[in-house]
Amino acid sequence: MENLAITQEVKPPNTSKGPVKWLQDNLFNTWYNTILTFLALVFLFFVFRGIFIWVFTQAEWQVIPANLQILMIGAYPIEQVWRIWIVLYTLFVLLGLSAAVWKGLVLRISTAIAIFGLILLLIPLDIVKNSEIGYATLEYNFNIAYLIFFKRKWLLGGLVLFVVSFFLGRDKNKLKRWVIGGWVLSFPWTMITLHGFGENTVSTTNWGGLLLTLILAAVGIVVCFPLGVLLALGRRSQLPAIKWVSTIYIETTRGVPLITILFMGSIIFPIFMPGDFQLDKVIRAMIALTLFSAAYMAENVRGGLQAIPQGQVEAAQAVGLTYPKTMLFIVLPQALRSVIPAIVGQCISLFKDTSLVTIVGLQDLLGIARSILGNPTWQGLYVELYLFIAAIYFIFCYAMSYVSQKIEADLGIGKH
Amino acid sequence: MRNKFLFRVSVLVLAISFVTPLLADNHESILDKVKNRGKLVCGVNGGLPGFGFLGEDGKWSGFDTDFGRAIAAAVLGDPSKVEFVPLNAAERFTALQTGEIDVLIRNTTWTLSRDAELSTDFTPPTFYDGQGFMLPKSLNITSIKELAGASIGVTAGSTTELNLADTMRSLGLEFNPVVYEDIDTLYSSYDAGRTDVVTSDKSQLVARRKDLKNPDDHVILDATISKEPLGPLTIHGDNKWNDVVSWVVYATFFAEEHNITQQNVKTLKTDNPEIKRFLGESGEMGKKLGLSKDWAKQIIVAVGNYGEIFERNLTPIGLPRGVNKPWTQGGLLYAMPFR
Repeated sequence: MENLAITQEVKPPNTSKGPVKWLQDNLFNTWYNTILTFLALVFLFFVFRGIFIWVFTQAEWQVIPANLQILMIGAYPIEQVWRIWIVLYTLFVLLGLSAAVWKGLVLRISTAIAIFGLILLLIPLDIVKNSEIGYATLEYNFNIAYLIFFKRKWLLGGLVLFVVSFFLGRDKNKLKRWVIGGWVLSFPWTMITLHGFGENTVSTTNWGGLLLTLILAAVGIVVCFPLGVLLALGRRSQLPAIKWVSTIYIETTRGVPLITILFMGSIIFPIFMPGDFQLDKVIRAMIALTLFSAAYMAENVRGGLQAIPQGQVEAAQAVGLTYPKTMLFIVLPQALRSVIPAIVGQCISLFKDTSLVTIVGLQDLLGIARSILGNPTWQGLYVELYLFIAAIYFIFCYAMSYVSQKIEADLGIGKH
Repeated sequence: MRNKFLFRVSVLVLAISFVTPLLADNHESILDKVKNRGKLVCGVNGGLPGFGFLGEDGKWSGFDTDFGRAIAAAVLGDPSKVEFVPLNAAERFTALQTGEIDVLIRNTTWTLSRDAELSTDFTPPTFYDGQGFMLPKSLNITSIKELAGASIGVTAGSTTELNLADTMRSLGLEFNPVVYEDIDTLYSSYDAGRTDVVTSDKSQLVARRKDLKNPDDHVILDATISKEPLGPLTIHGDNKWNDVVSWVVYATFFAEEHNITQQNVKTLKTDNPEIKRFLGESGEMGKKLGLSKDWAKQIIVAVGNYGEIFERNLTPIGLPRGVNKPWTQGGLLYAMPFR
C-alpha cells in the first residue's frame, strides 16, 4: 500500500486573521494606501464632528414634539381620535390572531411590530414638552413613568390587546379562515371608522400627516396588486380585445409621469364631472396612485409569468384544470414567488411616491411639514423637520424590504 | 327606421343630460348651500407664514383663515363651522369653479385676466401687497435707481420676474437677474452673498428676513414696484354669495374705522345710527344680504375687526401695517356705507 502518503491529512490554510492583520492587509498595505487611509479618517472626523455638533447642540428638535400631533394625524379633530385607535386596535387584534394561527414568519413579523410599538411607548419624545419636571431625581423618574403610561394608555391598551389575542388564538387552526376574512374586512372597516357618519363625520380633507401617508400607501399597495396581476394575465391573453386593452393601458400609464396623472386627477378630472357630482380629493389621489402603480406591477408580474415553462400549463391542462385553476394553483404561485423582490420594490417606491400628493395640495407627511414651516413659531426649521420625515420613511421602507427578505429566505428562493 | 328613432332618442337623452346640470346650477346660491350644509368650505394656502398654516393643535390659523371664520360666523353664527381645504396655486381656481370649495381665500392677486377670463369674481382685497427689494444695509442704497449693475435674485416664472424686468427697463438700468427655481434657494443664496439684492412681495421679504443669519443687517427699500391686491374669490355669477363675502370683508373694515373691537362689541352702547345698523339694532341690513340680524356683530365677536386680525396674524411675523390701514389713517381700507 504505497498510496497511504496521499491520504495524509492536509490542514486548510488559516483564513482567520486578527484585526491588526486585517488593518495591515486592507488599509495600510502600501505607502499610498496609508496616506489615503489617514486622509479619509481626517475627512470622516470633520464630517461626523459637524453632524454631531449640529444634531446635539444646534438643531431645534422641539419642533417635532410640539407638532407631533399634526405630523401624525394632520387636521384630524382631536376629539375624534378614538376612531383612529379603534382602527389600530382592530389591526392589533388581527395581528395577534394571525401570529397565533400561522406562527413562523408571521409570528416573527408581528412580534417585531409589537416591539416597535413598545419602543414608541417608552421613548420620552413628547415628555420634552413637560419640561417643568425637575431632572435627575427619583421623583422625576417616577413622574416620567407616570406620564408615559398616562399619556400613552391608548398605545399600551393596543399592545395588551395584541398579547391577549395571541394567547386566545393559540392552537386554534380553525380560526384561519376567520382571520383572513377579518383582514379583508379590515379595509372597508378602516375607511368607515375613520370617516364616520352623521354629525361627527371627519371629511377626508382633514386626514393628514402619517395617517394619510399610510392610508394612501396601504390602499395603493393592496389594490394595485390584484389589478396588476389581472393586467399581466390580460396582456398575455389569447383574446385580442383583452390583450390590446391591457397593453395600451400599461404602455400609456407607464409613458406618463405620476405627477401628470395626479394633476389630471386633481385639476382636469373635476372639470369633466357633471354638476354636483364630486369625487373626494383624497379618493382621486388614491385612484391615481393605484392606477399608476398597477401598470408597473403588471410588468413585474408578467416577468414572473414568462419565467414559467409552457410545460407547466400543458401539464395542468392535461389533468383537466380550467384556466382560472391553472393560473391560480399552478402558474401564479410559481411566477409571483420569483418576482418578490420586484414586487416589494414596487411597493416601496409606491410608499415614497405618496409624498407627491403634496403637490396637489394634500396634507400628507410632507405637506404637514410645509404647513409647519408656515407657522411663524417654527419658521426656518427645514432640516429638523425633513430629517424627521426622512427617518419615518426610512423605517417603513426598510421594514418592507426586511420582511420581503425574510419571506424569500422562508420560501428558500434562490436555494431550491 | 327603428335605428333612426333610437339614435334620435339617445341624442336627446345625451343633450338633456348635458344641459340639466347647467340649469340646475343656477337655481341655488352658494349661500343657501352653505346654510343647508351647516358648514362653510374654504380654500386656503397650506403653509404661508402668517396667512395660513396648521397649528400645533391641528387647527388652521392665519390671516386668510380668520376671514374664512368670519364668513362662517356671519352666515352660520359659529366661526368653527368651517372646513379648510389646503390648495396649491394651480388647482385653486378649479376647486372654486367645480364647487369643491365655497370661497377661495388664498393670497390671490386681483388682475384683469383673472377677473375676466376665469369664471371667478373678486371681493374687496383684504391685503394690499406689493413687490419690493431687500438688500444688505452695508450697501447704503436707498432707492431703486441706485441698483444699476446689481445682481438681483428672483424666482423663475413668476410675475415678480416680469415686474422686475419691466421696472428696470423703464428706468433704463442695466441689471443682472439671477433666477432661482426654488424659493428657499433664493433666500439662502442671498444670505450667502451670491446675489446683491433679492426681490419679491414685501410680505414675503419681511417674513423671510427673520430667517437670515443677521436679520438686522438687511433693509427693505420703501419703493414698491407692483400692485398685489390679495382678496377672497367666489364663483362667477353667484352675486348673492359674492355680496355676502364682500360685506363680511367690509364689516371688518367698518369695525376698525369705528373702534368696534372683540372686547367692546357685546357691551357697546351707541346713538350713532350707522353703528346701530351695523350691530343689527336697527334697520334690516342682515335681511337684505340673506343673513341674520346680528351677522356683523357675530363676525367681530368671532375674529375681531380688521386691525385685530392683522395684529394677531401678521404683526408677529414682522409685517408693518403699511397701506393696510383704514382710509381715515391714510390707508386703503375703505368700508362702503352700511345703509
